Amino acid sequence: MAKQLYNQPSPLETRVVSKRFALEGSETLDVYLANDGYKAFRKAREMTPEAIIEEVKTSGLRGRGGAGFPTGLKWSFVPRTSPKPRVIVINADESEPGTCKDRLLMEYDPHQMIEGILIAGLAVDAHVGYVYIRGEYRYLIDAMDRAIDEAYAKGYLGKNVAGTGFQFDLYTHSGAGAYECGEETALLDSLEGKRGVPRMKPPFPAVAGAWAMPTLLNNVETFSAIPPIIRDGGAAFAALGTPKNGGTRLVCISGHVNKPGVYELPLGFPMMKAINEVAGGIPGGKKLKAVVPGGSSCPILRAEECDIPMDYDTLAKVGSMLGSGGMVVLDETTDMVRFALRIMKFYAHESCGWCIPCREGTTWLKKILQRFYEGQGRREDISLLGELSKNMLGRTFCALGDAAALPTISIVEKFTEDFEVYLARQEVLV
Amino acid sequence: MADIVKLTIDGREIQAEKGKLLIEVARQNGIEVPAFCYHEDYTLQAACRMCLVEIEKTPKLQVGCTTPVAEGMVVRTDSEIVRKSRKGMVEFLLTNHPLDCPVCDKGGECELQDMTFRYGAGESRFLERKIHTDEKQWSPVVYFDAPRCILCYRCVRACDEGMGVKALGVGNRGAISEIVPNHQDHLECDECGLCIDICPVGALTSGSYRYQTRPWEMEHVGTICTHCADGCKTTLGVRNDEIIRGNNRDRSGINNEFLCIKGRYAFDFTKHPERLQSPMIRTEKGYEPISWSKALEVVAGRFASVKTRGGKFGVIGSNHTTNEENFFLAKLARQGLGTHNIDHHRTGDLASFFDALSGKTNALASSDDVYSAKAVLVVGSDLAQQHPFLSFQARANFRHHQAHIYAVTSGPVREDNQAVASVRVPKGGEVAGVESLRDKLKAEGDLVIVFGDAVQGDALRKLVAFGDSLGIPVKYVCLVDYSNSRGAFDMGVLPRDGGLSREQMLAASDLDVLWVVGANPLKGRALISQNAFVVVQDLFMTETAKQADIILPAASAYEKNGTVTNVCGEVQRLKQAIKVMGTKTDLEIMGQIAKEMGLNLGIWLPDKVFEEIRKSVPGYGVSPALLAMGPVSTMPLNGRVAALPGEIQSSGDTLFTSGSLTPYSEILNTVMEAPGQLYGGQGQ
Amino acid sequence: MTFSPQLEERFAKMLTRYPEGRTRSAVVPMLMYAQDEVGAVTKELVEEVARRCKVTPLQVDEVVGYYSMLHRKPQGKFHVQVCTNISCLLVGGEELYEHAKKKLGIGHKQTSADGQFSLEEVECMGACSWAPAVEINYDFHHFVTPEKLDQLIDGLRKAQ
Repeated sequence: MAKQLYNQPSPLETRVVSKRFALEGSETLDVYLANDGYKAFRKAREMTPEAIIEEVKTSGLRGRGGAGFPTGLKWSFVPRTSPKPRVIVINADESEPGTCKDRLLMEYDPHQMIEGILIAGLAVDAHVGYVYIRGEYRYLIDAMDRAIDEAYAKGYLGKNVAGTGFQFDLYTHSGAGAYECGEETALLDSLEGKRGVPRMKPPFPAVAGAWAMPTLLNNVETFSAIPPIIRDGGAAFAALGTPKNGGTRLVCISGHVNKPGVYELPLGFPMMKAINEVAGGIPGGKKLKAVVPGGSSCPILRAEECDIPMDYDTLAKVGSMLGSGGMVVLDETTDMVRFALRIMKFYAHESCGWCIPCREGTTWLKKILQRFYEGQGRREDISLLGELSKNMLGRTFCALGDAAALPTISIVEKFTEDFEVYLARQEVLV
Repeated sequence: MADIVKLTIDGREIQAEKGKLLIEVARQNGIEVPAFCYHEDYTLQAACRMCLVEIEKTPKLQVGCTTPVAEGMVVRTDSEIVRKSRKGMVEFLLTNHPLDCPVCDKGGECELQDMTFRYGAGESRFLERKIHTDEKQWSPVVYFDAPRCILCYRCVRACDEGMGVKALGVGNRGAISEIVPNHQDHLECDECGLCIDICPVGALTSGSYRYQTRPWEMEHVGTICTHCADGCKTTLGVRNDEIIRGNNRDRSGINNEFLCIKGRYAFDFTKHPERLQSPMIRTEKGYEPISWSKALEVVAGRFASVKTRGGKFGVIGSNHTTNEENFFLAKLARQGLGTHNIDHHRTGDLASFFDALSGKTNALASSDDVYSAKAVLVVGSDLAQQHPFLSFQARANFRHHQAHIYAVTSGPVREDNQAVASVRVPKGGEVAGVESLRDKLKAEGDLVIVFGDAVQGDALRKLVAFGDSLGIPVKYVCLVDYSNSRGAFDMGVLPRDGGLSREQMLAASDLDVLWVVGANPLKGRALISQNAFVVVQDLFMTETAKQADIILPAASAYEKNGTVTNVCGEVQRLKQAIKVMGTKTDLEIMGQIAKEMGLNLGIWLPDKVFEEIRKSVPGYGVSPALLAMGPVSTMPLNGRVAALPGEIQSSGDTLFTSGSLTPYSEILNTVMEAPGQLYGGQGQ
Repeated sequence: MTFSPQLEERFAKMLTRYPEGRTRSAVVPMLMYAQDEVGAVTKELVEEVARRCKVTPLQVDEVVGYYSMLHRKPQGKFHVQVCTNISCLLVGGEELYEHAKKKLGIGHKQTSADGQFSLEEVECMGACSWAPAVEINYDFHHFVTPEKLDQLIDGLRKAQ
């Protein structure tokens, strides 16, 4: 019987990190080794750290968690010659609404990620790694533990990785339900056993991160892309995408589409093609109204703005972000006021509370939207929502404040008509 | 020499040390940059975002409290966008902050009120429901109202870093985040109240001050705390001749914002109902009140007759009367009564100390030296309990300057948490313990040694010899207890020239007069000299007063002027805050007795007596002008000091006891941590 | 306080995973796993975890309130978590949650009288492309309709 995946693959995908997903036993080391597993590591073992980092830079790989920072550059910030030992931390907190891809990588191809971590260890001379997995993903913590145990048992972790003399230890670490712990420095505080409150930068984690040690922190998918890059070369990976936006990424398409799912698409893939052909278009022949391109923290796009290639730079140019790859499709029946409210409920709930504008701002915005949704809104509230969001934007301690402000501003400005509908309804009732 | 950089703030060219924080540089140049969470003594938070300023060439507003100044920086603190940002932050803060001003203690001295007036809007745009939780009481001292809290985290840092107690934390998340105490629903801590005073708003309020008055209704009197020997300045809020509160928010004196529970709250003994307010004479029916003139007549008459027939006097002076009172008492005893039998409860071996240091200059540590020395060694004392301000200084020294702390004590102490090395020794083994640290200590740049009563006599001389042998600059603090033990010693309330010591006086059977000023030597012992005429000057009916023939009600330190000398030899002025009806200051009592006896010992006003002290007491030739402005160190004695008979013993007071005042301070008796414990290793 | 042998073994391993002197890192994972066994984060558990991880009970308390999955009161034997965040919202997540409330007769963060079920409206659980999503304890369920939810709940009830 063929393996039951979460969604049917699409012929339009370019499978690089997801190429083993459909294989029976893809999560086992044997299947991994039989399918190009550890070729990259052995190759990297013969390379200098500088060469490894150069290859990653060439690939144009950018952080797949959401910030999109060039990965090779990030790796080069970690001082190999620091007196404190270096640590690798894998961000598997995956909590950005609309995002469900790291899950699949850990469930279907954990050894690929482990190999990527090991190569990173070679690049920055680190010998220990912690996979920070959100608390809700308990079954994945178990799955990672199994994969890690298997790797240790067969000599692919521990004192002598793949017989090359390289030493590396890898552990899982459970979160306990906090979106803010996906933020790099808040994750580090959580890893240290504290509240997930972000830290001041500088010092940057590369210099002083987990337990004040130089830390390399990247997303699950970012590490998973490393073995293909080293094995087949950075240039090959880069060529799959667009200039400065190399490679492929897992796009999670959800919302009003016929075939929601996680699909690996090259950077630069046209957004409308992704919606209509990969995801099978909008059910019931309804019209497209809006798209959340990369997770709820991005400014929303009107339908007319969606005829664009999906890469970091293009999305930035149109005033949004490629983000976490969580693409949410909204059809014409979507009530944008209700949508904005739900987004703001999320941020108010998840705000860590450290700084005034985020903690008080998200709560206030939520309450205004709640009142509006319940039919007690005023015309002034529309501009008030925008103004308060702008008072938060760029002024908070971490990006969560921006993540709450940006979608709100975009929805209020681009979908004012939805708010007008509520006001009109109120006038009728009165 | 530090690098100097030039930068521009609001169009002004400013020079500053490279790397200094922008907020500090601005403020030092008279440019206002508001902040709630920033506090120069504690770690940076960047949480309140009030200090956001515009820096050219950066796209977003930058946080002034974490940005170091750099060459060529162009900063604008008063542009349109900065003003808008500040207005926005205050607006956000006021959404959940309740409009409690009419009933909030902080009204009138509230930083949020000030910020709102300066930077906020006149009206609120917030129409929604505020988050409400009920107020909580965490101890008799500390009340917490979460809705008022602006989450600036000053209290958490003050308790954690400043006090080293770490009793406060932050719970929950987001807009319902709350400060939480270390025992879920209550606090177990030093009850010092620093959290209350450092809170910019009325989230933390004090149990003893709540709802009583408005700050502008009080007169604020800065004086010196009357409890331990650290000599902290405490600013008493007085209304209608009643002390309503104490704090040191104006950061005057030597102690910055620090005060312990005694300095902040234990002024309440002044209004205890059992305060003696009338002279009393012992009759067959018990104690009966008599007038002052009668009482003084009786006392002076008896003193005169005993003197005439060559009888034996015993004078026991006080550890907390002023220098002027101590000086006058010593003079009255020796010149007036013709006796050398005068002593006080000696809590530290100052005689051996000064003798061992004779000929040295720069060997006495000031309270600031404990903060600025490269290394501090604590021997035989639980500083956090017995000298909380010195403990605070050492801890701040560690935090700000990474000073090396060492502890040689008989049990765990709070200094263990910062110590390079902590040595546990049995009582008597202190010097050996110190010796074991020789290699580490001699590698230090300089050293301050703070030692308690366990180090006395020979051990003290050995300690000084040890200090000499290190080859580095060493300064010392010989710890004494009570607010003016050092002053009692310096003013000569001592059995010199063959006089009887305190123990000898109490053991003697042939005293004709026992005159006890502000002391309680007969606690737990009976008077041996059955025929002695006992005169007691005190605030309360102590165990000693209960054996007196005449009791004279005295004023406390908060009710008089004069000077006191702290454990580091720093002289400071008291300022009278209130007057309790029926009492007289000890100086006045003594002066009146002298007058009644027909003696001419000079005018008994504090200023006049101090003039005499300046001229005649070695080391006290201090400038009155300087003294009016703050503490002045008394110069070290130079010359041998003769040994004195008698015992040296610490009072053994903790944070929650204060000699004979202990039963009369309600606050010291209501907190659950009382009576406290030495070497309990409290605090983390 | 002691736990089951498996949990003790897990904790023993956990405390050795982190750098020397950094046992505080074990606080959150230890609370998560212990909570499953103890039923809730009780005062006793807080003190036990504090002791084992060499931190103060206050430092553990600070963390308990911060993380959504740590709870001081026991939940039902089956904790039903329904996501209503954006991807689930668009395909009926909120309606599903309302349905769950009616089906179970309880509201947000409440437990049924017999202690079998508790309900929580949760944030995105990472199943967006297979929405509406429901997590019961640690088991994920995808494409959940009101009917499917009824079947799940009835199935769990029957298995008692």
